Amino acid sequence: MTELTLTVNGTVHRCEIEDRTLLVHLLRDHLGLTGTHVGCDTTQCGACTVHLDGRAVKSCTILAVAIGGAEVTTIEGLAPDGRLSPLQEAFRTHHGLQCGFCTPGMVMAGTDLIRRHGGQVDERMVRGELEGNICRCTGYVNIVKAVLAAAAEYRAAQGEGA
Amino acid sequence: MYMYDFTYRRPATLAEAAALFAGADSPAFLSGGHTLLPTMKNRLAMPDLLIDLRAIPELAGIRHQGGRLEIGAASTHEAVAASPEVRAAIPALAALAGSIADPQVRRVGTIGGSVANNDPAADYPAALLGLGAEIVTDRRSVPADDFFEGLFTTALEDGEIVLRISVPVPEAAGYAKLCSQASRYAVAGVFASRTGRDVRVAVTGAGSDGVFRWAEAEAALSLRWDGGRSTAGGGRAPRQRSR
Repeated sequence: MTELTLTVNGTVHRCEIEDRTLLVHLLRDHLGLTGTHVGCDTTQCGACTVHLDGRAVKSCTILAVAIGGAEVTTIEGLAPDGRLSPLQEAFRTHHGLQCGFCTPGMVMAGTDLIRRHGGQVDERMVRGELEGNICRCTGYVNIVKAVLAAAAEYRAAQGEGA
Repeated sequence: MYMYDFTYRRPATLAEAAALFAGADSPAFLSGGHTLLPTMKNRLAMPDLLIDLRAIPELAGIRHQGGRLEIGAASTHEAVAASPEVRAAIPALAALAGSIADPQVRRVGTIGGSVANNDPAADYPAALLGLGAEIVTDRRSVPADDFFEGLFTTALEDGEIVLRISVPVPEAAGYAKLCSQASRYAVAGVFASRTGRDVRVAVTGAGSDGVFRWAEAEAALSLRWDGGRSTAGGGRAPRQRSR
């Protein structure tokens, strides 16, 4: 067992974990944050995507013990007071989900890609950058639409700030 | 899936890493873990001790000095793709790094891990062989021609640690690959480089024994590099096609 300190969605947690604990298990089984899903468990489908120090990673292939001191944001952390983030809102507006299983990972990956490119993305880029997130309902058209809408909103907000 | 029980250590020095390795029954070095951890989930590898190399300073950083790129083994694919040094010196290598897997994987996976694993479908082995790179370890420097020995097999000895990849900067280079439709790994990938009349062509994915040099293509390209068309040198992204 190893002692670990980790900030998750702004709250500092001190946990005693086995070395073999994957980040996704720490989040779901120790902290009760079940919004992060396990899909393929082989680093391909992206359902387990969370932000580690602000960037999207696949939490089924990260050892929790290796990231002591880091800041993790999960899908729950995007809507702290129950108010949806702009991308979550766009997923609702554009019907960017069908069964919803891949959605937390899509939203975390989409949030990262919008931020990383300052909202300057087009359809080709969004499709390319969501390569690591699989939707088995094949609902990609509306997922891409939602990301593009949120990116446009991001650009507009940046413009206002300038 | 919960993995079997094992111990994790994160040494801060090479000496500490070597001591940990020597003292364990079945140790394995860990870097990004994006190949090793899935392999352990399947029990295709079952180390009892994981020695994380990412805190060791000798494995960090990317520099351009003396006509060579020195790329620390712990550099992530994202870091190589975004590095101003790599993008300026060998744009084809930066583009190759940016074409591996997906953004989440590139954020964590490392060049040292990819090279030490020598997956027959990995991109980096083609680049290192096609550029005539040297793999610098804690014991010696091994030319890529002698390093990649076969499927998942390299010249690395028990407990030997890759510190960095030392790459001579060519005059021109390019990489093109055919990707698996589902998983996007390289079904076949070809890296070509030229310095003067010296041309190297390396192929990943398509060999029964891992990455290999393609002598006929090298001979043909050394006579006529451009083939009558503009080449894949410069900043062009790797051409990718799906099956």
